[in-house]
Parts: sequence; C-alpha cells; structure tokens
Amino acid sequence: MLVLERNTLTEEIEKLVTKYGKERSSLLPILQDIQRKYKHIPDFAQQEIARLLDIHPVEVYSVISFYSFLSTEPKGRYIVRLCKTISCDMQGKSAVAKAIQRELGINFGETTKDKKFTLEYTNCLGMCDQGPAMIVNERVYTKLTPEKAIQILNELK
Amino acid sequence: MEKKRNGILIFSEYSRGAGIKKALESSREDILFELRESNLRGRGGAGFPTATKWTLVAAASADQKYVICNADEGEPGTFKDRVLLMEYPELVFDGMVIAGYTIGATKGIVYLRGEYEYMLKFLEDYLEQMRKDNLLGNNILGKEGFNFDITIRLGSGAYVCGEETALIESLEGHRGEARNRPPYPVNTGFLGKPTVVNNVETLASVPHIVTKGGNWFRKYGTDKSTGSKLFSVSGDCEKPGVYELPWGTKISELLELVGAKNTKAVQVGGASGICIPKSQFDRTLAYEDAATGGSIIIFNESRNMLHILKNFMEFFVEESCGQCTPCRIGNVKLLEGIEMIEKGNYTFAYINNLKELGRTMQVASKCGLGQSSPNAFLSILENFKEEIFNGNGGQNGK
Ligand code: SF4
Ligand code: FES
Repeated sequence: MLVLERNTLTEEIEKLVTKYGKERSSLLPILQDIQRKYKHIPDFAQQEIARLLDIHPVEVYSVISFYSFLSTEPKGRYIVRLCKTISCDMQGKSAVAKAIQRELGINFGETTKDKKFTLEYTNCLGMCDQGPAMIVNERVYTKLTPEKAIQILNELK
Repeated sequence: MEKKRNGILIFSEYSRGAGIKKALESSREDILFELRESNLRGRGGAGFPTATKWTLVAAASADQKYVICNADEGEPGTFKDRVLLMEYPELVFDGMVIAGYTIGATKGIVYLRGEYEYMLKFLEDYLEQMRKDNLLGNNILGKEGFNFDITIRLGSGAYVCGEETALIESLEGHRGEARNRPPYPVNTGFLGKPTVVNNVETLASVPHIVTKGGNWFRKYGTDKSTGSKLFSVSGDCEKPGVYELPWGTKISELLELVGAKNTKAVQVGGASGICIPKSQFDRTLAYEDAATGGSIIIFNESRNMLHILKNFMEFFVEESCGQCTPCRIGNVKLLEGIEMIEKGNYTFAYINNLKELGRTMQVASKCGLGQSSPNAFLSILENFKEEIFNGNGGQNGK
C-alpha cells in the first residue's frame, strides 16, 4: 500500500472513530463502514482501528473472522449471496445457483477475475415466502428464476 | 410499502403515538400491572413473561439502563420482523419508548440483522420523523424529564447473535458468543447495565396492551399462551406469508388456511424447532404444546425428509459460535451421521449413539443454539423412520 493511501485510510478511520466514538462498542460499525467501502478490511486498517480504539490488533482480527459479512480478503464490487436454506431450496435454489455459476464462470466462495462479483451462499434471508432469494450488496431480490437472476446480474455489469 | 393487514391484535387498529400518550398519562406501576394482566410472553420463542422482565429492570437502580429490540431474526423460515418493521414501525418503536418510560431508560437500540440493511434508510427516516413529532428526544410529548432516543445498529451475518447475550457481546464490539448466565441482562446487560432485551413482536404487542388493556389481550389465545401470534408460513402451500392467529390454533387449521395440500410434515419453530408428522396435525400452536417463535415450514409428500434434515444440520454446523464442545463438535457429528445414512453406510448402533449425543447436546450446550439444534435430528429420525431407513440410503421421495 502506498504511503498516500495509508494516510487516507488513517484519516478515514479517524473520522469514523469521531463519528461512532472511541469505545470498544464502536468496533462493529467502524468495521462495517470500511468493509462496505473497500470490500474487505485491509491489514493496515485493522492495525489502525486497533490503535485508535486502544485494543490489540488480534482482537480486531478475531471479531472480523467471526462475522460472515466481514472479511480480511478482498471481495468483489458486488457480493452476491444466494440463500441456501430449506424454503428457498424447495423453491428451486439449485437451478438458480447453477445458472449464476455458469454465467459468472466461478464457483461459490470465489470472486471473478475482474473483481466485479463475489459469489457466496448464505443462510435464510427472511424472504422465505418469496424464494429463491438473494442479496446483492444490500439489495434483496426474490422469486428468482435462472433467467431472472442472470438478468439482474447483467444489469449490474 | 405493502398494504396494511387486518388481524385480531397486532394487526388491529392503532395510531402512531397513541400508546406513548396513554403510557405517559399512567404511572409505571399501572403499565406493569396491565402488562402482567395481559400475561404477554416473549415472542422470540423462549416465552419468558415480559412483565417480569420489565419489573426486574424497573426495580434495578443504575445510572443508565437500556432497551434493546432484538431484530436479528435469523431462524430459517421466519420473516415476521420484516413485516412488522416495514409495515408497522409505529408499533415496534412506540413499544420501545413505552419500555423506556416504564423501566427508566433513556436509550434504546435496535439490533437489526445485517441481511435487513435495505430497511435501514426507511427506519432511520421514520425515527427522524418521530423526533420531529416529539415522540423521541427530550421531554417526550411534553412529559417533563422523560428523555428517550433510539439508535439502530446492524449485525454482520451471525445467527447466534439472536441469542440475547450473544447480541449484547456483539453490540459491545466482540465476537457474538453467548455469555454464561447468570448474571442475566436484566442485571448486567449492555455495558454492564440493566437491560431489557425484547423481540420485535413482543414490543409490537405493547402499545396495544397499553391502549386497550391487559384484559382485552388475554381474551385471545389459551390460558397459558395469551394473545395472538404471527406465523411466518413458507414451503409447500398456495399462500405463504405472515398470518396473525390466536395461540391455540391447530396445525391442521393453519394448513387449511394457507392452502397446503398433501402435507407430510410441518416444521414448527424453524431449524431449531421440531418436525411434526401428519398423525399429529391436531396438535396446537402454543407454548404448552407445539411452541414456536413463528416459523412454519410445510413439506408435502414429494419431499425427502433426510434431505431436509441435512439442510438444517448444515445450517447449525455453520452457525455454531464454536465456544462450547457439545455444540461445536456435536453438530458436526450429527451431520456426518446424516451423510452416512445418505450413502447407506451406517449401523443402527451408531445412529442410536448419535441420538444419545443429541440428547446430551440438549442439556450440556451453553446456549439455545446448541440446546435446540438436535431437535430436528431427533424428531425427523423418529417420525420418518420408515422413509429414512428404507434400505436405499434414504433416497425415497425427491
Ligand atoms: S451452544 Fe453453540 S452457539 Fe451456544 S455457546 Fe455453545 S457453541 Fe456457541
Ligand atoms: S429460506 Fe431462503 S430466505 Fe428464508
């Protein structure tokens, strides 16, 4: 990472610490904001957050590793999360999953080369009456069919 | 926004702020009295009496107390909170303000699951409107000295955070690992302060109870399960969705209502609940019989019960916080057992050992996740023996 980038990141984290407060309880909101913007939480950010909140970097890492929406590895610009829980499964999740994999040319858990899409499975999204369902970043899509899912992803391209 | 619904209690007439107004005209004791009269029990599934919880926190002396709305609904098959938050935010937030007044708290926090981030803007705007109307902020509705405000915090994709102590850990900036209890959040909750943690639906019931009275509420339901319940219905039926029904409704009645045909089994309570076979469809939905936080998943004759069970166990293996051994290892073992059955590669002695393990997990796990995760395993293997152990590796049905 370039020094310039480091400085911007530090400034950004300082702003977030001012916004949410210097308490330990601000850790998740800060991590969520960094994750949203950078699609992961870089090592350097982990160190800076730890320094500014006065906790050990290992603590920060340990929290990141616990939550499925936080990651230390870079993810794509669009994170596609398809529900694999039973109600969506019964409504045809497998066909949708296969179509997305085919179209993006990656498996679940992978990111496309151009860093545009990351594909993941997730557990119940609370849309079980309208499955199969997926979220892309924070937007929800329901009643998916293979065609509909592909169309949604194409529109993001 | 979707259209407003009709229902006996939760979905009955209510105008924003009415409950707060009524509450502020009453004493705290009056509110607790009505709540006790109503016999409202926690709608998250555990069923702890709400009045008892509130009374304990109201009685605690502390410089700061908190009201937490548990909007981390992650149980497979449930989506009632989604409907309440998007269509009835006035009920949920008014309920929080009333709780704040009753227990003497100035701060409310909504712990919203990360998957519901798309609601955030709408809910924030709603809170802003409440501030403008003096339903939040200082001296609410002119009541000198009553200050209360609500913030929303997002989860980050961890089912276990629906457990109230894990939720508090998460709010404090830690891994969402369940705490040892006691102490309970009523004494040592968020940041060590007395805290009321209530489910979204529980809070949404409160404004109705305050405006219409505990007696009115108790008229519905059964003796032990008063009032109504929201059921999130999905699976094999014509009309999936959220239904408000009185407690004590028979499973068969619900199936009729939602247009379920050729039903083989109903999963009551989601992955952590129990699977009820056709022969028991006259059982009632109530705390004293088939208890549930609201998830109802319907399976028709074409479904493979072993496949369903496997889906549930994969869920628990992923969602266990890993802190205690019965749950961390136990769920993996149960899943392995299912895979062995799937391949037709098992002995009954081994399966019986796994059932024993399941019962051990129910008593030895630290929190509700591990205590309830063997439910599906035990009830499905018991109730669908013939289908599952038919000699061709559980390949009966689709
Ligand atoms: S029962 Fe499971 S989820 Fe609960 S504390 Fe133990 S490991 Fe964690
Ligand atoms: S099962 Fe897919 S959203 Fe609930």
